Amino acid sequence: MHIVVCVKQVPDTKIIKINPKTNTLDRRSAPAILNPYDAHAVQEAARIKSRTGGTVTVLSMGPPQAVAVIKKSVEIGADRGYLISDRAFAGADTLATSYALSKALEKIEQESPVDLVICGKHAIDGDTGQVGPGIARRIDIPPITNVIEVSKINSDEKKIVVKRKQLNGYELIESQIPCLLTVEKEINDIGYSPMPNMIKAARYEPVIWSVADLGEVDRAQLGLKGSPTIVGKMFSPPRPEGGKKIEGEPTEQIKELMKLLEEKIDLFCFKA
Amino acid sequence: MEENRGIWVFIEVTDGKVEGVSLELLGAGRKLADKLEVPLAGVLLGHDVRKISAKVIEYGADIVYMADHAVLELYRTEAFMKAVVAMAEKYKPEIFLYGATPNGKDLASAVATDLSTGLTADTTMLDVDPEKRLLEASRPAFGGNIMATILCKKHRPQMATVRPKVMKALEPDASRKGEVIEEEIHLEESEMRTKVLQIVKETTKTANLAEAHVIVAGGKGMGDKNGFMLIHELAKTIGATVGGTRDVVEAGWLPHDQQIGQTGETVTPKIYFAIGISGAIQHVVGMKNSELIIAINKDPDAPIFDVATYGLVGDAFEIVPQLIEKFKELIKEKGGEISYV
Ligand SMILES: Cc1cc2nc3c(=O)[nH]c(=O)nc-3n(C[C@H](O)[C@H](O)[C@H](O)COP(=O)(O)OP(=O)(O)OC[C@H]3O[C@@H](n4cnc5c(N)ncnc54)[C@H](O)[C@@H]3O)c2cc1C
Ligand SMILES: Cc1cc2nc3c(=O)[nH]c(=O)nc-3n(C[C@H](O)[C@H](O)[C@H](O)COP(=O)(O)OP(=O)(O)OC[C@H]3O[C@@H](n4cnc5c(N)ncnc54)[C@H](O)[C@@H]3O)c2cc1C
Repeated sequence: MHIVVCVKQVPDTKIIKINPKTNTLDRRSAPAILNPYDAHAVQEAARIKSRTGGTVTVLSMGPPQAVAVIKKSVEIGADRGYLISDRAFAGADTLATSYALSKALEKIEQESPVDLVICGKHAIDGDTGQVGPGIARRIDIPPITNVIEVSKINSDEKKIVVKRKQLNGYELIESQIPCLLTVEKEINDIGYSPMPNMIKAARYEPVIWSVADLGEVDRAQLGLKGSPTIVGKMFSPPRPEGGKKIEGEPTEQIKELMKLLEEKIDLFCFKA
Repeated sequence: MEENRGIWVFIEVTDGKVEGVSLELLGAGRKLADKLEVPLAGVLLGHDVRKISAKVIEYGADIVYMADHAVLELYRTEAFMKAVVAMAEKYKPEIFLYGATPNGKDLASAVATDLSTGLTADTTMLDVDPEKRLLEASRPAFGGNIMATILCKKHRPQMATVRPKVMKALEPDASRKGEVIEEEIHLEESEMRTKVLQIVKETTKTANLAEAHVIVAGGKGMGDKNGFMLIHELAKTIGATVGGTRDVVEAGWLPHDQQIGQTGETVTPKIYFAIGISGAIQHVVGMKNSELIIAINKDPDAPIFDVATYGLVGDAFEIVPQLIEKFKELIKEKGGEISYV
């Protein structure tokens, strides 16, 4: 099995700061990390590899600093990684991102055929979840989103069975291989990385490709130029207007609340 | 681009029932259609779905584009995407909305790629500029810290997925008239690369939360797991379901499926108690559409008071026990039982 995992470098949105004057992201305030869902994707690829044998390749698009997320992926269990990095990719929306990543995938495919592509359910910064299915369409393989378990995998028969999370429950889906999965966090637990992986990761130098390295690429479909969506204005989330504030002694407050609730008594359903 | 006209809504059907978000989108789509003076259409795919088309019209559509085919019985990206792309290429809508559900997001992403157009994800506010005929779809970004308006100026249709429970459905009107257009879609089971083997329903606490009539939610202000028992006690007294903030879940006071907010459940009960909850935006997005919100917090400046219908400023440990007593009295007075089923 040759598994390719797409990994994105993202600012840690847990500690992100927004400049209230300009409503823009203060990038210095947030350290760049491997998108948490992608860490689970790499982990799952490594787990599948331990069952079927094969290779785990990671692929990222981003600025040169994004080599850090490839090294992190090697730490979790990837064998090797590619970063596609070029000014021409900058400002990409999901359509342009899936185009660029699919071109890199085609190049990887030429070296060694790809059986499975795994993406995170979404990236915590852009947070669209659109890139995975987009890549699947571009290289014409079926996408299965929101996967919580890889139940069966048969590389000889080229079949995979997975659990897909649904609104209330899950579906068991069988697919031909190759296909593309996007994974939820429940799919596995990430423990400490084994020492040999850490050593390998520390020394690992990912391959970096520019647009020119990707072969035949329609530059009009890349980056800002190739992006149909633009971010218009940014604004603080609207604060809804508050209602009635009741202050004072608890007994008095409750008296007043109960009086107000009398008017809304229909909201409670009493059984006579 | 000029030839693209009309607002479309993808109608998601589960077990023969239209998902709530699709009805909400018909309501939101109706407003956009009236502003642009164009028809509103529902896109209905499935097997034996003809009877559903009447409902789509009752909820605001002028047209239903329908594809009824055995291969469309259960949702699969490749089958649905083929049908939807064929319809969109034929009738050329200018705006196309989908619910931000697992299936809606999956489908919209695939369709946008094939139509080479823009797709705004997880929209929570929708508007349209009638002059430029431009959809203004706003969405929370960077973990809900900020809102961004996404525009798609040069490609059509303008597409967006929209979060459930943020738009309002219209009151159904059985006298509304509309047209049903059935499309012939060529699909072969043998060409499908995926198959749904089994559907497993899990009626967990999550489903309970989503359907709960009354929710008592607690936050870190309850101090510790023991203090949080007060939340359970109030809930038990008034027959409510218990929920909490992410911090409470992370502290291990509640299981993850009872988390309310951006990364938990979105809820719309009739009554929502927020006790010892500060009201961070990531929590508020998950509960702000509740009909009546009662907040108890000792900090008068806590942002939760901005969304609360009634806000009690004070110590939960003084207020809640008294509240429980008062409710017990009230329930006794009204007949001895409270029930929402
Ligand atoms: C505030 C804001 C709002 C935005 N809203 C939209 C919008 O509504 N529509 C839109 O089209 N674009 C939008 N974008 C742009 C979008 O964030 C970028 O296109 C981004 O390159 C990919 O989208 P994402 O982060 O949502 O990824 P997702 O689609 O959420 O990512 C899913 C998975 O795809 C893979 N992946 C994604 N990006 C990469 C990468 N660079 N390298 C390797 N793997 C990757 C990973 O496996 C990841 O887990 C927005 C950007 C900002 C800043
Ligand atoms: C990407 C992202 C996603 C997130 N998703 C979610 C989500 O889905 N859901 C969610 O809830 N949060 C989410 N959060 C976390 C959110 O930002 C807040 O940190 C969280 O909601 C705060 O929880 P809290 O109100 O319980 O705690 P705190 O913010 O600590 O608030 C405690 C409140 O209790 C009050 N209080 C203290 N003692 C008493 C007392 N004796 N009586 C009355 N009041 C008292 C205090 O005044 C304070 O207002 C997310 C954050 C990020 C970055």
